[in-house]
Amino acid sequence: MLTSRERIIKRASEEIKDGMNVNLGIGMPTLLANEIPETIDVFLQSENGLLGIGPYPYAGEENADLINAGKETVTARAGASFFDNAESFAMIRGGHIDLAVLGGMEVSEDGDLANWMIPGKMVKGMGGAMDLVQGAKKIVIIMDHVNKHGETKVRKACTLPVTGLKVVDRLITDRAVFDFTKDGMVLTEILGNGTIDDIKACTEASFTVSKKLLEGVSKND
Amino acid sequence: MSAKQVTSMSEIIDVIKDGDTIISGGFGLCGIPEKAILALAEKGVKDLTIVSNNCGVDDWGLGLLLKNHQIKKIIASYVGENKLFETQYLNGELEVELSPQGTLAERIRAGGAGIAGFYTPTGFGTEIAEGKEVKEMDGKMYVLEKAIKGDVALVKAWKGDPYGNLIYRQTARNFNPLAATAGKITIAEVEELVDVGELDPNFIHTPSIYVQHIVEGKSYEKRIEKRTVRKKQLN
Repeated sequence: MLTSRERIIKRASEEIKDGMNVNLGIGMPTLLANEIPETIDVFLQSENGLLGIGPYPYAGEENADLINAGKETVTARAGASFFDNAESFAMIRGGHIDLAVLGGMEVSEDGDLANWMIPGKMVKGMGGAMDLVQGAKKIVIIMDHVNKHGETKVRKACTLPVTGLKVVDRLITDRAVFDFTKDGMVLTEILGNGTIDDIKACTEASFTVSKKLLEGVSKND
Repeated sequence: MSAKQVTSMSEIIDVIKDGDTIISGGFGLCGIPEKAILALAEKGVKDLTIVSNNCGVDDWGLGLLLKNHQIKKIIASYVGENKLFETQYLNGELEVELSPQGTLAERIRAGGAGIAGFYTPTGFGTEIAEGKEVKEMDGKMYVLEKAIKGDVALVKAWKGDPYGNLIYRQTARNFNPLAATAGKITIAEVEELVDVGELDPNFIHTPSIYVQHIVEGKSYEKRIEKRTVRKKQLN
C-alpha cells in the first residue's frame, strides 16, 4: 500500500513524457525526478539557469557553482545548457516549457492556485512560481486533498492569496485527479479506494465527473 | 594595466555611498560577489537598497549586511533562508519589495537595456499587481512592471580580462550578467584574471563595455547552501 505522498508522486510522474522540457517545483515535485524511467529522454529545467538537471553528485564531488532552484547541489546531464535568469524566464514565460509540476496550498474550482504565502506567517516570497503558472504549456499541481486538520484544500475559491488565476490544467491529490476545462472542473480519476461520493465529501469545489470515470465505475459495480 | 583593473576590492569599494541602490548577482549563495560584500560589511556604508534574488544566510553573503543593519530596503523574489531578515522586517527596520523571479530578472535586464518598463502576465490577479497598471492585449491580461537601475552593480564571474570581459561558470551565472548591465558603475570580481586576448571572444558572456572596475579575488569560499549527494554505486 502506497503512502499518500507516494501515490501522488507515482501518478504525477506519468505526466512526464519522452522529449519534454519540464520544470519541477521545489519540495515534493523535485522527487518526481527519481521516478522518470531511463527509457524516456527529458530535460529538466531549473529557474536559476540550467536546462538538463542531472542526478545529485556523488559525495565529494559537490560543486558550489552547480545548484538547482532549491539551492541543492546537482549535476548537469549530457546535452545540458547554462544561461542567465532572464533567459531562463524567457523560456518559462514564453511558453517553451512543456510541463511544470508545482506544489499547492489551495486550488479553486476555476483553476486558481494559491501556493506562495499564508497571511500572518513570515512572507518568504514567491520565487519563480508566479512566472511558471503564467507561462508553462501545462500546469500540474500536486498536493494533499485535505490539510492536517482534515479541511479540504480543493476550494470553491481560494482563501489564501493567489499565485495565479485560472492557471491550473490538472490537479493531482492523494485521492483524485481533476482537469480544468472550458466546461469547468472535471473529476477524471480516483486514486486509492474512495468512491465518487467520498471525493465529493472532501471537496468544496463543484465539479463534474468524466464520462470515462462514470462508465468505469458502473462497470466495476 | 587597463585603467579598469584594481588590485583589491578595498581600493574601489569607496565608490559606494550611503543610500545607494546596489544590484547584486547571485542565486542563493551561488555566484555571489563575496569579496565585494565582505568589503561593504567592513566599510559600513548604510541605508542601502539591495536588489538581489535572495538575501544570503545569517552569517554569509548579503546576510552580513543585514547583520550590520546596513540595508534599508531589499527588492527580492525569495528571502526564506534568513532569520535576521525576518526579525528586521517584523521590527519595521527593513523595507521589502517582493518581485517574482522572472519579473525581477527582466526588470534588471530592462534597466540595463534602456527599456523603461514592460507588460508581463506574471502576477496578474495577485497582490503583486496591486497599484500597478494592467492591460489586456490579444485577449490576455498583463501587468506593467518598471525597470530597475542601480547606482552600483556587484557581479562575480569565473574568468575575466583587464578590460572587463567576463565568463561565468555553470549556474553561478544566474543574475550576474543582468546585474552587470544595470549599474551606473559595475564592479566585477573574478576567480581568475587572465591576460587580454586569452578569453575567446566567441564565449564572452558579459562584454567589457558593461564593466567599470575589475578585481581578482583570492581564495573564494563559495559556500554550499544545501549539500545533496547520492551514494556511490558499487560495481
